Amino acid sequence: MSKVTLSDLLPLLPEIILIIGAILILMYGVFSSREKARLNEIAMGFSLALILLIFSMTILSWSSGSIESELFDGAFVLDMFSSFVKCLILFSSFFCLLMSVDLFKSEELSNFEYPVLILFSTAGMMMVVSSGNFISLYMGMEIQSLSLYILASIQRESLRSTEAGLKYFVLGALASGMSLYGISLIYGFTGSTNFSAISRLASEFHAPDEASLGLVFGLIFLLAGLAFKISAAPFHMWTPDVYMGAPTPVTFLFATASKITSIAVLIRLTMSVFPVMILQWQQILIFLSLCSMILGSFSAIGQNNIKRLVAYSSIGHAGFILLGLSAGSQAGLIGVLVYMSIYTFMALGIFSCILAMRRGGEAVESINTLSGIAKHEPMFAFLFATLLFSLAGIPPLLGFFAKFYVLLAAVGSHLYGLALVAVLSSVVSAFYYLRIVKIMYFDEANQESFDPISSIIHVILLISGGISLFGFAFPRPFMYIVKTVVLSFL
Amino acid sequence: MMSYSYLLTEYFPLVIFISIAGVIGLMLLVAPFVFSYRRPDTEKLSAYECGFDAFSDSRMKFDIRFYLVSILFIIFDLEVAFLFPWAAAFEDVGLFGFWSMILFLCILTVGFIYEWKKGALEWD
Repeated sequence: MSKVTLSDLLPLLPEIILIIGAILILMYGVFSSREKARLNEIAMGFSLALILLIFSMTILSWSSGSIESELFDGAFVLDMFSSFVKCLILFSSFFCLLMSVDLFKSEELSNFEYPVLILFSTAGMMMVVSSGNFISLYMGMEIQSLSLYILASIQRESLRSTEAGLKYFVLGALASGMSLYGISLIYGFTGSTNFSAISRLASEFHAPDEASLGLVFGLIFLLAGLAFKISAAPFHMWTPDVYMGAPTPVTFLFATASKITSIAVLIRLTMSVFPVMILQWQQILIFLSLCSMILGSFSAIGQNNIKRLVAYSSIGHAGFILLGLSAGSQAGLIGVLVYMSIYTFMALGIFSCILAMRRGGEAVESINTLSGIAKHEPMFAFLFATLLFSLAGIPPLLGFFAKFYVLLAAVGSHLYGLALVAVLSSVVSAFYYLRIVKIMYFDEANQESFDPISSIIHVILLISGGISLFGFAFPRPFMYIVKTVVLSFL
Repeated sequence: MMSYSYLLTEYFPLVIFISIAGVIGLMLLVAPFVFSYRRPDTEKLSAYECGFDAFSDSRMKFDIRFYLVSILFIIFDLEVAFLFPWAAAFEDVGLFGFWSMILFLCILTVGFIYEWKKGALEWD
C-alpha cells in the first residue's frame, strides 16, 4: 500500500466535510438542552448551509481544473462526470431540505435527525457516484439506502409511512442482495473489484467468447439490482406504495437524487466498465426501457392519488432515461444527462405543487380536490399546468427537449421500434397529465381554496415553473457543459 | 483468460458438494415422515418449559426492548468481527490501516453516544 498523506485526500474533501458536519449536527442535537422547535431550526439551518458549502466546493473544484483524480488505488474517482452528477444530487437534496422547512416546523416531521439523515444519504450518493471499485460502490449504496429506509418511515405515527419504510427496506435489501451476488460473480470471473482492471479484462475476453458467460451472469444480476433502485419495470412494484407513504419531500429525494445516483452507476458500468459487452447489456436495457415506458403510461391512467400518479409517471421517465442509455452512444449519454437534469427541475416543481395541496392544515392527495382550483389560485394552477405540460413533453417546454435528445439518440443507434414505442407511450401519458389540467381549469369548483401557500414553496414553484417555461431560450451554456462532460467521460 | 472447460473442471467438486449436501439434507427431512413411529399423548403434546406446567400459550408477547437491546448488541458484535482480521494483520496494514480502524471506531463511538443519550440503553 502506497503511503497516503493528508494532501492526497483533497479530492475527498467535500465528502469528508459533509460527513463530519452531519455527525456534528447529530451530536449537537443529542447534547443540546434547547427546546425542540429551536433545535430543529438550528439543525435545518446548518444542514442547508452545509449542502450549499459542498455544492460550491464541487463547482469550484470543477472550475479550478483540479479534477480528474483517483484515490485509494482507484476506489474513489473524481472526474467531470461524477462532479456533474454530484451537482444534480446536491441540488435535489438542498431543495428537499428546503421543501421540508414548513413540514418540519409542524408536528408532522419533527425529529432533528431528519436533516442529518438526508445529509448522510447525500454523502452515500456522492460516494456511489465517485466509486471506481465495487466495494466502495456497495458501501456507498448501503449508506444511501439505509438512510433512505429510515427517511421513508420517519413519520412513526403514520401507518402509511411505516408501511412505506418496511416495503422499501425489504425490497431494497433484496435488490442490494442481487447486486452483491452479481458483484461476487464478476469478482469471481475477473479476480478484481477495480473498475479499470475489470474493464481491461472484459475487453480481453471479448463478448462472444464462452469464458465471459459468468461475467454476463454477474452483470445481469447487478443490472437487476440497479433496476430496482431506479424503479424500472418489472422491478417497480414498491414504487407507488413507497412514494405515497413517504413524506413528500422524501419522495422527491427518491424520485430525483436516489434515481440519479443509480443511473450514474449504470452509466459508469455500461459505458466505461463493460463497453465491450454492449450486445449483452443493451438487450436488458431495451427490455427494461420498453416495460417501464409502457407500464408507466398505462398504469397511471387509473390513479386518483396524485403521489401514486407521480410514482407511475416516474417509472415512465425512468424508461425514457434507459432508452437513451440503451442507445449506447455518445448521443445517448448526452440525452441521459439532459433528461436527468431536466427531470430534476420538473420533479421539483411537481412535488412542491403536491406540498402546496393542503386544506384545513391537512395534506390532501386526491386529484379531485384540485377541481376548479384555477379560480381560487390562478398562479398555482398556471404553474402546475405548465409543469404537467412539460412532463408530457409538449414543445417549447423543457420536457420536450429532454425527450427529444433521448429519441434522437435512439434513432441514431437504429432502435426505431423502441423509439416508436417511446413516442406512443408519451402520447398515452399525455392523457393523464392533461386530465389534471382539465380538472383544474374546467371542472366545477365545489370546494374551498387551499390553505395559503407558504412563501418557500411559492419561490420553489416559481423557479421550477420559470425554468420549464423559459429554459428552452438558453440552451447554450447547459448543452456546452453536458457535452464537455460526455466528451471527457467517453 | 481461463477457458470454459477448465472452469467447469475447477468448479466440479463444488457441484458434487452441493448435490451431496442437497441429497443428504432432503433425506434427513423426508426420513422422519417415513420411518418414525408416532404415539402421541397429552404429555408429549403439551408445551414444556423448565419443568413448569405451561400456564398459557408459549407464543407470548415479550417486551420490544429485548429486541432493541439485541439489535444494539449486534452492532458491537460486528465491530469485533472487523477488529479480529485487522488485529491479525496488524503488521501488514501499517499506519494507514491503523488510522483507518481508529477512524472507524470513532464513528462507531459517535453512534454509541447517540444511542446512549437518546436513552436506548435505559430499561425503563
